[in-house]
Amino acid sequence: MTVSVVRTKEWAFPVPPAKREVVKATPEVDTGKPPVLFVPGFGHGAWVFTEHWLEHTADRGFPAYAMSLRGHGNSAPAPKADMRAYAHDVAQVAASLPSRAVIVGHGAGALATAHALSRYPAKACVLLAPVFGGIGTALRNPFLCLPALFGAGLRLPAGQLFSREVPQNTARAYARRMGRASGKAQRQLLWGRDPEDPVGDPPILVVGSPDDRIVADNAVRRVARRYGGAPLLFPGMGHDLMLDARWREPIDAILDWLDKAN
Amino acid sequence: MSYAGGDSGPATAWRNGSPVYDREGTVCVIGAGPSGLTAMKNLREEGFGVDCYERETGVGGAWNWRHDRSPVYASTHLISSKPFTQFPDFPMPDDWPDYPKHTQVLAYLDHYADHFGLRPHIWFGSEVVRVEPAENDRWDVTTRSTGGYGTERTHRYDAVIVANGHNWSPKLPEFEGLDTFKGEVIHASAYKDAAQLRNRKVLVIGAGNTGCDIAVEAAQQAAKCWHSSRRGYWYAPKFALGRPADQVNDLMLHLKLPLKLRQFIGQKTMKSTVGDLTRFGLPAPDHKLYETHPIANSQLVYYLGHGDITPVPDVKLFHRNSVELKDGQEIEPDLVVMATGYQPVFEFLDPNLLAVDANGRPRLALHAFPKRFPTLAVAGLLQPDSGLFPLVHWQTVAFARLLKLRDSAPGKAASLYRKLESEVDKSWTDAKVKDSSRHWFEISHLTYLKALERLIQEARP
Ligand SMILES: Cc1cc2nc3c(=O)[nH]c(=O)nc-3n(C[C@H](O)[C@H](O)[C@H](O)COP(=O)(O)OP(=O)(O)OC[C@H]3O[C@@H](n4cnc5c(N)ncnc54)[C@H](O)[C@@H]3O)c2cc1C
Ligand SMILES: NC(=O)c1ccc[n+]([C@@H]2O[C@H](COP(=O)([O-])OP(=O)(O)OC[C@H]3O[C@@H](n4cnc5c(N)ncnc54)[C@H](OP(=O)(O)O)[C@@H]3O)[C@@H](O)[C@H]2O)c1
Repeated sequence: MTVSVVRTKEWAFPVPPAKREVVKATPEVDTGKPPVLFVPGFGHGAWVFTEHWLEHTADRGFPAYAMSLRGHGNSAPAPKADMRAYAHDVAQVAASLPSRAVIVGHGAGALATAHALSRYPAKACVLLAPVFGGIGTALRNPFLCLPALFGAGLRLPAGQLFSREVPQNTARAYARRMGRASGKAQRQLLWGRDPEDPVGDPPILVVGSPDDRIVADNAVRRVARRYGGAPLLFPGMGHDLMLDARWREPIDAILDWLDKAN
Repeated sequence: MSYAGGDSGPATAWRNGSPVYDREGTVCVIGAGPSGLTAMKNLREEGFGVDCYERETGVGGAWNWRHDRSPVYASTHLISSKPFTQFPDFPMPDDWPDYPKHTQVLAYLDHYADHFGLRPHIWFGSEVVRVEPAENDRWDVTTRSTGGYGTERTHRYDAVIVANGHNWSPKLPEFEGLDTFKGEVIHASAYKDAAQLRNRKVLVIGAGNTGCDIAVEAAQQAAKCWHSSRRGYWYAPKFALGRPADQVNDLMLHLKLPLKLRQFIGQKTMKSTVGDLTRFGLPAPDHKLYETHPIANSQLVYYLGHGDITPVPDVKLFHRNSVELKDGQEIEPDLVVMATGYQPVFEFLDPNLLAVDANGRPRLALHAFPKRFPTLAVAGLLQPDSGLFPLVHWQTVAFARLLKLRDSAPGKAASLYRKLESEVDKSWTDAKVKDSSRHWFEISHLTYLKALERLIQEARP
């Protein structure tokens, strides 16, 4: 796949606008580091990043932003959104930031991010526990995914998202806050287009956990291979690395990588 | 202000007794309008250093109304809707209207410059006065402070991309008796604000997008408005079938409808919505849809229908107090606005470099690449049937890739250049456009983009 120059369909049918939630944390002093934009996955909102990662990123000198895709968190409802609309949301927020942004996409939000990378030249990109879809994802979680094909909500029970180190009632409280992506976008996880190549040649890091119960280890490796690298793995953590008990380790590794890349 | 890095060190060469400072690894970009900005961004993305010279004090080129040469007037709105206007990798805010205002376009360009960190590479207030070939396909670029102050300095660059715009130098027709005419005569470039028209009797000459916009403003503000055109046109509305008209057009292109069918559907739609304009006294179009540069103006027809614009034929000659038209009619305007378009000017380049012909028309492959000078290109010298920015974006990506290929695979690069050179006289419009200097750079966006896409693919190492 390369980047398409001719996009008549996109031009003829622009994605309609939507109010989007964007939460910001600013470092105390301007260190000249690039802004980091966190993109949550399906069912998740900006809040999953505001729990721990957002402030931590700002404390390390990066202007930090967390957004909610349309239909998620405090963004406007969007029951008919498709993957393209989500990718559009990511590119819109990224382009609105003061300078070229680092985009960190989680779960299916990593796929939306990968699509956005062909429409916005990110400074760098991190794909976190990426759900790139395809039949592999469905097979790992048949009971989770099959109903989603028929329009039911993709349900994300606490046990699937967090490691046992997260106290049960915290985990349950998190799980209660989860929403759902549109039915169309869920189906596109299985049958959607492959993302085009990124523009602007950004460095891309893939991060995951071998103990993630949503994304298989080899699926993470496959994504990493596509972008020409090996994944950075954090054993013992659940799918929602940013909410897990050891949330500090992956974000510090990501920010170290960014510090080095710059 | 300190000058571009190079002259802090010793001069490395001499030209006509003056020092030349070497900027190896760096490409010179002339102009910081939309074309220059995207050239800088894309060259930097491909790993080149850039020095941009801009004669004004801000970015945005034509869209910066503070610039003395800016052709925009207070009411200017885009005629190309957002998807066709925005850079393909930097979307305009989706809550902006379908057709943003010129101040929004400038805000967008300012943000683009900041977002991609371009400003530190721009030398504002510096005018390029000469660009001359140097050894090894390199270029000596001579600059001085805008307005001719200060001394000239020359830097040597690996390549030059000319992005000086082609909508600033008025194309002024000659009419018999014009010099004896007592009324005021201005070119559209000097039209800034509707206040200039208030209570005047105005004749607008030319029915390009500028002429139509000004005629509409005159209908709203002036005591009288005559609108002179030398042919009939298709006056397309900005919205059709509930959406921006250019989006309908691209739906037809997406469905791969052949030109003839698109013309048929387009003309039928116009006849059934805009109607037959001859009943207002306009001549019938002397051509099919898409055979002249598209006009997008919903209001012109509205004011014709209200009698606030009087359509008149071509001007024959000027008398002391009146204007005589081709049909013998005499009218007495006190202000004449020549909305007769603009001409390209490359005052800093030997015309041979761009193979400029006797009429002033450069002959370039893809309207961008001159023959025999692989390290020179012109960006934005296009008159598209859509927005310009995406086209220039891909032009400059192609140029940057070709430059890189010259290093990594010189043989392949040479054969690509040869192929380009063979296309110098190729036209990129779907329909055969009317013979007029305003169509020198006319292109159909899809056909043109496909050619660029192919070139970019072929320029892969
Ligand atoms: C009224 C009007 C409306 C338009 N509407 C649309 C529209 O809706 N959509 C669209 O896509 N296009 C539109 N256009 C076309 C418009 O020209 C382009 O959008 C765009 O501004 C062209 O960009 P550019 O960078 O090529 O040239 P410009 O914008 O003209 O910028 C050229 C820059 O180069 C600088 N420069 C020139 N010579 C020198 C020199 N010797 N040394 C240093 N600097 C120099 C100038 O100061 C200027 O800043 C419109 C044009 C006009 C006149
Ligand atoms: N709102 C907007 O976004 C907007 C507004 C204005 C302009 N623009 C763009 O800016 C560019 C320039 O537009 P423009 O309207 O200034 O110029 P233009 O497109 O070149 O139109 C010039 C007009 O003047 C006529 N003309 C030229 N020479 C003449 C002569 N000697 N005698 C009589 N008539 C003569 C032309 O007629 P012929 O057709 O017979 O040659 C044509 O009608 C275009 O790309 C346009 O789309 C956009």
